[in-house]
Amino acid sequence: MSDATLKVTQKLPTEFDRRAFFTKIGLGSLGIAAAGTIAFSYEYLSPNVLYEPSAIVNAGKPDNYALNSVTMDVNSGIYLVRADEGYFALNAVCTHLGCLTAWNQDLGIIACPCHGSKFKRTGEKIEGPAPKPLPWLKTWVSDEGDLMVDRSTDIPPLQYLRI
Amino acid sequence: MSTKTDDMVEKVRDSRVWRSVFRSGTGNSTLHRALAIQQNIFLHLFATKVRKRMVRFSATWYLGTLTLGTFLILVITGILLMLYYHPSVPQAYADMKDLQFVVSSGLFLRNLHRWSAQLMVFLVFAHMFKVFYRGAYRAPREFNWVVGIVLLIVTLLLSYTGYLLPWDQLAFWAITVGSNLSSAVPLVGNKIHFLLLGGNQVNANALLRFYVLHCVVLPLAAILFIAVHFWRIRKDGGLYVQQSEPKPPAPVDEPIAAAEVK
Repeated sequence: MSDATLKVTQKLPTEFDRRAFFTKIGLGSLGIAAAGTIAFSYEYLSPNVLYEPSAIVNAGKPDNYALNSVTMDVNSGIYLVRADEGYFALNAVCTHLGCLTAWNQDLGIIACPCHGSKFKRTGEKIEGPAPKPLPWLKTWVSDEGDLMVDRSTDIPPLQYLRI
Repeated sequence: MSTKTDDMVEKVRDSRVWRSVFRSGTGNSTLHRALAIQQNIFLHLFATKVRKRMVRFSATWYLGTLTLGTFLILVITGILLMLYYHPSVPQAYADMKDLQFVVSSGLFLRNLHRWSAQLMVFLVFAHMFKVFYRGAYRAPREFNWVVGIVLLIVTLLLSYTGYLLPWDQLAFWAITVGSNLSSAVPLVGNKIHFLLLGGNQVNANALLRFYVLHCVVLPLAAILFIAVHFWRIRKDGGLYVQQSEPKPPAPVDEPIAAAEVK
């Protein structure tokens, strides 16, 4: 007799359970809402429009740069170098932790004031904690004959711009 | 004279208005004192009764309490500094200089905020070392140690976000370097960097974000976790005292011969 009552209350694995169903629906929709909130928060926190200076810099006429000179543009954070082989542009932002490096004319090296990394004029690292050389930037001459630099596009080193 | 003022105090404390605020009422019995602690929203975080040796200077050097003291100074001076400081690129540096040279008592408040911030970081570490070397982090206080670690991180983040607000060269480069550290996180590093600064470089968005973190988000987190930290002291059996440690078991003579026989 007791066996019979037990069998009645026992549930089959396939049996439909209304309470469990609604719990699943509730938890599921809460999960979707939470995921949506995270996605929307991420979207909200990443700005769609930035009021930052343009990545493309007009460096003026190529003739303004003397042969074998290194010219720094502090505002855009680039070096313009006119070597015997031609022109090239270097990113002046240190590859270590993002400080602005400086060109030392007397020693003929680029040095970072923050943690002492030193670079050659070609961006090659001499010493210091910087993990990578200073990247070469894409340079070209505009239709107006101005030297143009794209700070956001790195190119392999030693690709001189010959004019 | 003293009995007269005592009577007056007693009269005030027995008045209907006073009793509506402090329901435990007057009385010097232990019960009334215990009720006064238990029925106060701020004090009820603490134990109603404390052993004398727990509150001795040698037990804690009062380092946690002193840290709370610096935090309260920072909240008060911080709110006052907010009245003159605009978190915008053209104004931030000038406002900081105005606070130093133009605003009455501005220099005092700014320096008080600055020095208290330095002191708070020092005290947090001192408190942590004291807890560590006394072994007060052990069971049943492990969780409160973890809460303490969260508070350490919140303190350091408060210190870091406050560093940018003067908007001088030191601030700018410190945050440039510091935020570039977050780029080193695998996979999501650059995303974290972008979200933290609200852009690719330390600029107007970064200044505003750090201001909101420094003045709203992080202080709220700190207050929340400080409350949990204090409440857990009571729940974990009060401040740690050496005497509550279980005695080490008495040394037992090992039968040396037995090992050799085998």
